[in-house]
Amino acid sequence: MIEGARWRRWVFFYVPVTGFVVALLFPFYWMIITTIRPDRELYRPWNSVNYNPFWTWSPTLEHIRDLLTTTLFSTWMLNTMLISLAATAISLFCGLLAGYALSRLKFPFAGAIGTGIFITYLVPQTLLFIPLSDIIRNFRLGDSPWALILTYPTFLIPFCTWLLMGYFKSIPKELEECARIDGAPRWKAMLYIIFPVAIPGILSAGIFAFTLSWNEFIYALVFLSSPDQKTVPVGVTSELVRGDVFFWGELMAGALLGSIPVAFVYSFFVEYYVSGITGSVKG
Amino acid sequence: MARVAMRSLNKMYDEVHAVIDVNLDIRDQEFVVLVGPSGCGKTTTLRMVAGLESITSGHISIDEKVVNDLPPMDRDIAMVFQNYALYPHMSVYDNMAFGLKMRKFDKAEIAKRVREAAEILGIQQLLQRKPRQLSGGQRQRVALGRAIVRHPQVFLFDEPLSNLDAKLRVQMRVELKKLHERLGTTAIYVTHDQVEAMTLGDRVVVMKDGLVQQVGDPMELYNEPANRFVAGFIGSPAMNFIGVRLAGENGGLWAETQGMKIKVPGQLAPRLGSYAGKDVTLGVRPEDLRIAGDIDDKDLTFSANVEVVERLGSEILLDVAIGQATMVASVEPTVTAKVHETLRLALNPGRVHFFDNETEAAI
Repeated sequence: MIEGARWRRWVFFYVPVTGFVVALLFPFYWMIITTIRPDRELYRPWNSVNYNPFWTWSPTLEHIRDLLTTTLFSTWMLNTMLISLAATAISLFCGLLAGYALSRLKFPFAGAIGTGIFITYLVPQTLLFIPLSDIIRNFRLGDSPWALILTYPTFLIPFCTWLLMGYFKSIPKELEECARIDGAPRWKAMLYIIFPVAIPGILSAGIFAFTLSWNEFIYALVFLSSPDQKTVPVGVTSELVRGDVFFWGELMAGALLGSIPVAFVYSFFVEYYVSGITGSVKG
Repeated sequence: MARVAMRSLNKMYDEVHAVIDVNLDIRDQEFVVLVGPSGCGKTTTLRMVAGLESITSGHISIDEKVVNDLPPMDRDIAMVFQNYALYPHMSVYDNMAFGLKMRKFDKAEIAKRVREAAEILGIQQLLQRKPRQLSGGQRQRVALGRAIVRHPQVFLFDEPLSNLDAKLRVQMRVELKKLHERLGTTAIYVTHDQVEAMTLGDRVVVMKDGLVQQVGDPMELYNEPANRFVAGFIGSPAMNFIGVRLAGENGGLWAETQGMKIKVPGQLAPRLGSYAGKDVTLGVRPEDLRIAGDIDDKDLTFSANVEVVERLGSEILLDVAIGQATMVASVEPTVTAKVHETLRLALNPGRVHFFDNETEAAI
């Protein structure tokens, strides 16, 4: 907290925080209000007398109903869920083993390999999708969930590896040494001692990986083409923007429903998440 | 129960020679303490015995069996770490049972052994708690408990008391001693605290810069230090050192420096004969200095100027100046010395040490 006079607290704490929170939450508010506003209000010109963009007196669920009945939204949700969970599981598994190895085992070029993995994370997806689409085509994976389940780990594994590597390094190595003296071979020490202690780190890596896959756009846009294979971000933007016609109500309804799982995951694990990022183990 | 032997043990890190040619025989049931300043190689030596560090050359055997290539789990040892290394996600019971579970003991036997150990250490009521709910002393006990449930051949202790506060440290030190007497397991104990080393060790190994300086029982180290380092490291307050020149005069050997001239005690003279005319270091412990009385040999007294008086209750420490040098004398609490007073101090003739200036070895 900021010490001193009350005005200082207002100027340096409450006002900036309030400004920040309002700026961050406004898009969500806009999303919600647009979802429940009837079309006749949505397309009212800005200079009409009863123009009132921030509130509605006649809320409706018709956009949500339209979204669920006239589009493949529920299929997209299912696709996204499946792809995100599978990609997260693969990435977490590889990231756990790689992070553990890089932080604990001594082997030649460990440092170089760690840096190499990090560099792969720095290559922008907007460049990487070109060679990847070639590979996807060669393996005949295009337009199937596998195209994404296998490509998302290309950026998720480096991410998980680095996050978990940092977390493993914060765990005192005596814990593991003690376990090994106690009679556990290295893999058991890893499984029974290190991984349980690293749960906050593992959860935050998982949440992050899940969110990144859930929100991913460019690979999903490039590798998937049939409407029934699409993920939420691509489906909503490609099927609800036809030419220059924006179905704002349905678009926002899609965005709203699409962000619920992520919001749920975050709020559920927020405490683990924070301690995972700040990374500390108290013995 | 086991003997531990180290033969020409070496450890090289990239550039650093951390442990140099350590040879040590630890007898069955013996409590051996490795002591030395930080970076002296004592912990590395212990970790090589545990199997946590590879051995560069030489070998270690436990009960006549060379263990160089055995993983830690197969050496039948237990180790207590400085930070206790309790598994934070497990209860005290599970912490203590972990080693037994890994070795596939049956449930009843595990429960029996854990209860036994908990009873010995007085932690029965803590078994269901998590480590974070324990105080420092309790965690220490759990760490000990985890070691003793396994009935290992050798206990290894890596500065186990250094995270405790001073009072608890003294208490745990006594308990460790009792525990060792009760269990009789061979133990190797690493510490940088010479008091711990002296009080716990059947034998003490003093190390410095990767080399063993001296091995001996505590009183041997104290009374007959092999070199200047051991003399200065063991004992508190530390031994006084003062540079002197030896000279033969009037049929005796005299040690002389500015403000002090004393006769070398008779039993030391033969050994020091060849040093006549050379500079050596005289070492004398604070408690071997006293205020000179009538009975003291005039040849063993010198005058000193009191600079600081430290009253500790059971004794008084006098920081005195002798010429350019300073010394600490530990005297009876009844002495009424004042700052800037000039006193005559006497040496205890049987307890004066001389060290070669070049090799630092005791003469």
